[in-house]
Amino acid sequence: MTIPPEALFRIVAAFVLVLAAALVSRWQTLDLEKQIITASVRAFLQLIAIGYALTFVFEADNPFAILLILAIMTTIAGYTAGQRGDGVRHSGYVALAAISFGSILTLGSLVLFGIFNFTAQQIIPIAGMVIGNSMNVCSLVMGRVRDEVNGRSGEIEAALALGANGRQAARPHLRAALHSGMTPIVDSTKTVGLIQLPGAMTGMILAGISPLEAVQLQIIVMYMLIGAASFTGLATVWLSYRQFFTPHHQLLLGESK
Amino acid sequence: METPRLQTHNLSLVRNGRPVLHDVNITIQPAEIVCLIGPSGGGKSSLLRCLNRLTEPPPNTVFINGKEMTTMDVIALRQQVGMVFQSPALFSGNVADNVGYGAMLRKRPLSPAAIIDLLKMADLPADYAHRPITELSGGEAQRVGLARALANKPQTLLLDEPTSALDPDSRLHIRQTISKLRRELGLTILWVTHHIDEMHEIIDRVIVLENGQVNG
Repeated sequence: MTIPPEALFRIVAAFVLVLAAALVSRWQTLDLEKQIITASVRAFLQLIAIGYALTFVFEADNPFAILLILAIMTTIAGYTAGQRGDGVRHSGYVALAAISFGSILTLGSLVLFGIFNFTAQQIIPIAGMVIGNSMNVCSLVMGRVRDEVNGRSGEIEAALALGANGRQAARPHLRAALHSGMTPIVDSTKTVGLIQLPGAMTGMILAGISPLEAVQLQIIVMYMLIGAASFTGLATVWLSYRQFFTPHHQLLLGESK
Repeated sequence: METPRLQTHNLSLVRNGRPVLHDVNITIQPAEIVCLIGPSGGGKSSLLRCLNRLTEPPPNTVFINGKEMTTMDVIALRQQVGMVFQSPALFSGNVADNVGYGAMLRKRPLSPAAIIDLLKMADLPADYAHRPITELSGGEAQRVGLARALANKPQTLLLDEPTSALDPDSRLHIRQTISKLRRELGLTILWVTHHIDEMHEIIDRVIVLENGQVNG
């Protein structure tokens, strides 16, 4: 299967917008044109490659192939979120574990409750949303845990000096971190449909599915993303605060990483 | 001879590749008030942190009541050896929340009467219990920090420049309080300060720490 010429023409036409953005960058000396072009070309190549890969996997519909793809997606998400966790020891492992936990729990529930079937066509796009969302939550929460622990080190050490263990000393500040990770998805759930139509729903409507059918799926997607955010957020908080304490409940600062 | 309350034996510490303490040997007897002085960066805070095990000392270098520190339960140790910091670092909430923190950790909340007793010990009026911490002056906040540490019934208090940000009147007030606590509770005090000239009337001894070593 190849991309038909008319589709290719549409893509090239849309690329005019990227060129316009690059020109604006050049004109305003934003020094972003190279990045804009590189990102756009990269997106083109990545998406074309994934399009072919998915076609292959959908046709094969082999559970092991699905699991392999999910593992690759989770690993990339863990690596990416881990890069954002600068200042948190073992941030890559923390991110990988937290994202895996949130994604497995969410996807497992969806399959177990019979909401989606374990077929490549259903699971892989859904997993993309769940894992991608978990990755964002993990980055946000890990960064916030780091900022809270650094910013509140005085209070944390005061609590430790009074006989609190690491968990007790960090706890009041972890709530704020979890809150920051959950807020974007809660906010977007509150305003869904009022400000913008979500990507999945937009895609379905453009593909000719009736709006009522599209919203049914979108409702499930929003609920699923809230679940994934809370599972991943909790796991991230739970795993990342520990990276700041020794087994003797001493706060590690400036020595992390 | 009585077992020393605190003792270090050739305590050396390296942090981030830099020696911070070098063969520090100090002995502090029960109910002594000892001042720890020396230039900034000389190792005073590092020594105090080792004595409360906020920083890990090497094994067989710190002894509390004759017991090797790293063999003790760290939580119990910190309740026994309290610490008050330069910045009181109070927790959000009111004065009673702070004073009752240690007891709350052990799931044995303090009675209102016990909180008032602790406030009195730190020379704070009883009606301060429900005052939000945002409404306290620097001196008052430091007293709440002191009452919070006293709530654990420690044998020893490590004071890391608790009066450095306070005005002379507040400093005098804290000195009087500490002196009273030693008299009434037999507390052992190791006090880091830059105001050594004000301390002579209440202290037993001075230890000078310079470049991580004890001088004189």
